[in-house]
Amino acid sequence: MGYSLVLTLPEIILSASAIALLMVAAFAGDKAARLSTWLAVLAFIGAALVVPGVTGPGGIAFNGLFVADSFAAFAKILIYVAAAIAMLSAMSWFARDGVYRTEYPVLILLSSVGMGMMASAGDLITLYVGLELQSLAAYVLASFQRKDSRSAEAGLKYFVLGALASGILLYGVSLLYGFSGSTSFEGIAAAIATDGISTGELFGIVFVLAGLAFKVSAVPFHMWTPDVYEGAPTPVTAFFASAPKVAAMALLTRVTIEALGAATFEWRQIVIFMALASTILGGVAAIGQQNIKRLLAYSSINNVGFALIGLAAGTPEGVASVLFYMTVYVVMTLGTFFVVLRMRDEAGQPVETIVSLSGLSRTRPALAAAMAMFMFSIAGIPPLMGFWPKFYVFEAAVAANLTWLAAVGIATSVIGAFYYLRIIKVMYFDDPAPAFEARRDLVSSAVILAAALFVSPLGWFALEPLGTASLNAAGALF
Amino acid sequence: MNIQLIVFLPLLAAAIAGLGNRAIGNTAAKAITTGALFVSCALSWPVFLGFLSGGLQEQVVTVLPWLRSGDLVVDWSLRVDTLTAVMLIVVTTVSSLVHLYSWGYMAEDDSQPRFFAYLSLFTFAMLMLVTADNLIQMFFGWEGVGLASYLLIGFWYQKPSANAAAIKAFVVNRVGDFGFSLGIFGTFLIFGTVSIPEILAAAPGMTGSTIGFLGTRFDTMTVLCLLLFVGAMGKSAQLGLHTWLPDAMEGPTPVSALIHAATMVTAGVFMVCRLSPMFETSDTALTVVTFVGAATALFAATVGTVQNDIKRVIAYSTCSQLGYMFFAAGVGAYGAAMFHLFTHAFFKALLFLGAGSVIHAMHHEQDMRFYGGLRKSIPLTYWAMMAGTLAITGVGVIGVFGFAGFYSKDAIIEGAFAAGTTAGGIAFFVGVFAALLTSFYSWRLVFLTFFGKPRWAASEHIQHALHGDHHDHPSDEDAGHDPHGHEAPAHAIKEGTGGHHPHESPWPMLVPLIVLTIGAIFAGFVFHGPFLEPGEGTAFWAGSIAFDEHLMHAIHEVPLWVKLSPAAVMILGFLIAFAAYIRDTSIPDRFVGQFGVLYKFLLNKWYFDELYNLLFVRPAFWFGRLFWKKGDEATIDRFGPNGVAAVAVAGNRLFTRLQSGYLYSYAFVMLIGLAAATTWVMAR
Repeated sequence: MGYSLVLTLPEIILSASAIALLMVAAFAGDKAARLSTWLAVLAFIGAALVVPGVTGPGGIAFNGLFVADSFAAFAKILIYVAAAIAMLSAMSWFARDGVYRTEYPVLILLSSVGMGMMASAGDLITLYVGLELQSLAAYVLASFQRKDSRSAEAGLKYFVLGALASGILLYGVSLLYGFSGSTSFEGIAAAIATDGISTGELFGIVFVLAGLAFKVSAVPFHMWTPDVYEGAPTPVTAFFASAPKVAAMALLTRVTIEALGAATFEWRQIVIFMALASTILGGVAAIGQQNIKRLLAYSSINNVGFALIGLAAGTPEGVASVLFYMTVYVVMTLGTFFVVLRMRDEAGQPVETIVSLSGLSRTRPALAAAMAMFMFSIAGIPPLMGFWPKFYVFEAAVAANLTWLAAVGIATSVIGAFYYLRIIKVMYFDDPAPAFEARRDLVSSAVILAAALFVSPLGWFALEPLGTASLNAAGALF
Repeated sequence: MNIQLIVFLPLLAAAIAGLGNRAIGNTAAKAITTGALFVSCALSWPVFLGFLSGGLQEQVVTVLPWLRSGDLVVDWSLRVDTLTAVMLIVVTTVSSLVHLYSWGYMAEDDSQPRFFAYLSLFTFAMLMLVTADNLIQMFFGWEGVGLASYLLIGFWYQKPSANAAAIKAFVVNRVGDFGFSLGIFGTFLIFGTVSIPEILAAAPGMTGSTIGFLGTRFDTMTVLCLLLFVGAMGKSAQLGLHTWLPDAMEGPTPVSALIHAATMVTAGVFMVCRLSPMFETSDTALTVVTFVGAATALFAATVGTVQNDIKRVIAYSTCSQLGYMFFAAGVGAYGAAMFHLFTHAFFKALLFLGAGSVIHAMHHEQDMRFYGGLRKSIPLTYWAMMAGTLAITGVGVIGVFGFAGFYSKDAIIEGAFAAGTTAGGIAFFVGVFAALLTSFYSWRLVFLTFFGKPRWAASEHIQHALHGDHHDHPSDEDAGHDPHGHEAPAHAIKEGTGGHHPHESPWPMLVPLIVLTIGAIFAGFVFHGPFLEPGEGTAFWAGSIAFDEHLMHAIHEVPLWVKLSPAAVMILGFLIAFAAYIRDTSIPDRFVGQFGVLYKFLLNKWYFDELYNLLFVRPAFWFGRLFWKKGDEATIDRFGPNGVAAVAVAGNRLFTRLQSGYLYSYAFVMLIGLAAATTWVMAR
């Protein structure tokens, strides 16, 4: 048991920090909000530093409930870093409206504990606990600006639909347990391998996949995404678009590969359908959007579709490409959201329309250049970094004899390119809209600069280590 | 021998002037390109003189390996023999003089670096062409000069007519180049090599062999030679593919002198001479060459007699003289063909540059009907043009002295007679008749331009210049502001200077005229021995062309009337022109009245453009429109990009409607998806 506790050290650090900060919140009130945010950042750094230390080939804790392998380690580090950066964005944003409270870092920390659990889940029970822990914190975050009706609506919608998804997931979990006789991924895999797949298990697989698809917002379980992304406060949206996506994708990957590896033929078709539907809908539905956050919601659906193409391959290379995709995606999406967070009119009110970006290249050239790089990169245009994850995903699909899937994926990425390029066109070729408020924000500028450098061809230096790390992580599942 | 320097200096200069462009400025660009050309020229003359004295032997300098692909081995290598040496001095001399001339002629243009870069680029490509040791490299140079020609014809790209002319030149040359490339492919297929010496060595062995195509057997060498000759026809504007050359006069006049008179258009003649041992193996091909050449000589000369634009007259004259060169080659007198190419380069460049000088003096008026009486205003130009005219009409006394054209053209005409073949006989009579026309239109040009009374008053260009920016020349008589000067010239032409005082051109333009005048006068007299005479010629050419000693002997044996006929028609042509344009200027109008149909036929260039328009251009447009409207827009675009876009927009509308904002519809979609997935995995 002691050994198990050591393996869960990152979670323990984050949980303890959350509890401690809750005390701070209770006694010091909102005055300590900034301080506790930085403390939470420290906690994230500590947890991320501990992760490699507790990772090992035999890293199984609590009788297989919790797995600390290199796959989990890769996902966790990414999650912690993304969560910390997304949290930083909230500080100055909420402070402007005077509603920043100490609970915010606490909720992010708790959510991150859940996400860590999701990445390390080795059992249907831990899967569910991690997922709910993450989700409950997320519901609250979505309605964090509780006096703003849009924020409240977003939280409520997210909660109701999330509850429905949880119900579907739980139903699937119970079916899987009932027909395979085990809740552990290993046990389920063994049962399917020895007895073949039964109808009940098939139902269970579909229901579990549906529940997880809701978390990654894959079509047709994506409906909440645009509304919640638009309604939630922008820093929260930035958070939703980054860390939880990684966690959910990691969980989905672990379930399909570890627990359902023997049923690849069964789940692959569903994943392929979700992948194609997501890329197509994510592309087509975004075309007419006027709101940048809504557009980014569809963009995340679109990107998840591409990542799912890598998952559909079902090979170590495919899994590695998923991890690689999520890494680059998180950088690009965080960079983009940090630019969106800068969008405030002269009076300091946040603006969210795409039109308000008009002529940004003339009023704020550096900001426009960074945004243009992110857009080009998400569209997958070389030599920017965003080209590579798409390339690896398609390469994995081709290697798994899914050439047609890669071909369709490439075709749909053209639709996506349209609206990314439209933003660039608006910024560079349209007549300037009223200029944004100019305000120094060191953290935000640093993040945008770092993200821009990463997606620039300089990021190619990261190709080799990232590729090795993701392949190494993927190897842990096979 | 610095052949690399000769060839690559112009390229270097072109790169510097072209890439530097405005950054290095006009003067630097002009100095670099012109300097490079003069160095190139100075290095070329020793090469030529070396071959003339017999001090130099043919040699091949390999620069770089280029292609290695199976049997196909191609190197960048520069071949220098007598034929190349002749072309080297023609190209570098005329090119350097034209560069210098352009300092004056283009002085007021605002993109001079570009102009000089193009000129130098052209020179490089032309040098590549004439030094080619294999057909691929020759084709490289061939296309290079075509490109430079295209760029320079369309140099004033603001003028729609210049763009149209550039495109026309390019497209018509495509036809010729297609034949040329087929010829190269066929040659490689038959001989397994593209190296010119190897091909020429193997060619006699192929005589009589046949190749099958579409179920018919053709004589191999005839097919190859004719395909290659199609290329020569395109580049040298021979009848059928000549239509681009007159239009090419849209380019600046120095360009016309360099590319469309002295060098590029003679590339076809050069190619036939270079491959003359190959052409010698096919009588059919040579007969075709003779007939095409003779037909062109006649056709272009007839058209030249009625043109009013000074540059067009010279352009048709060029076309006609190229015809001479080709039928000389066709009857086997390659030495005479090359000699005419050599002398023609000097006197035709001179005529063009002289015309440029006239145009310069007349504020870009090119219509000879608005000239007249310029003799006194621009005397140097007048005397230079005079020398050019004496050279092209072939004035000279047998055995004493003659102007350049006297030696070369008479050798061609006599050679055609001496060949003794039917084709040669026909070519002889055609050549004599064309010489009559040559004499007529050349003197007509001189008389209309330099003699008679000034008819400048009605010229739009001159009026524009006088009333526009040249206020220091006030009009001393009311010339009338006739805006329709060009639309109704027959009525608008009236005598009078219109207050215009033509000035002689600046020195950069006059120096080339003087140098070329010397060439036009003495080139024939000095060099006719090595180029033409039986014994001397064999030693001079040293096997670089199929020099036919017997034919050259036979030229000396032709009857006296044959020898005298070119001189007789030359004098006759002069007398007709004198009568019609000096003594009684009403003769041309009466002629037009009497033979209106013939005049119209000639004025419209035998209706070639109209015929091509009907046969090729309109059907091509029709096909283009079909593919564009029906094929591209109605099929590919409709089901491709536009279709996808329409589907995407429709899909967007659908998805937006589904995204209603109501929770129950979201939940409904989720459950539908779940049910569908379940059904799918169960049913399968």
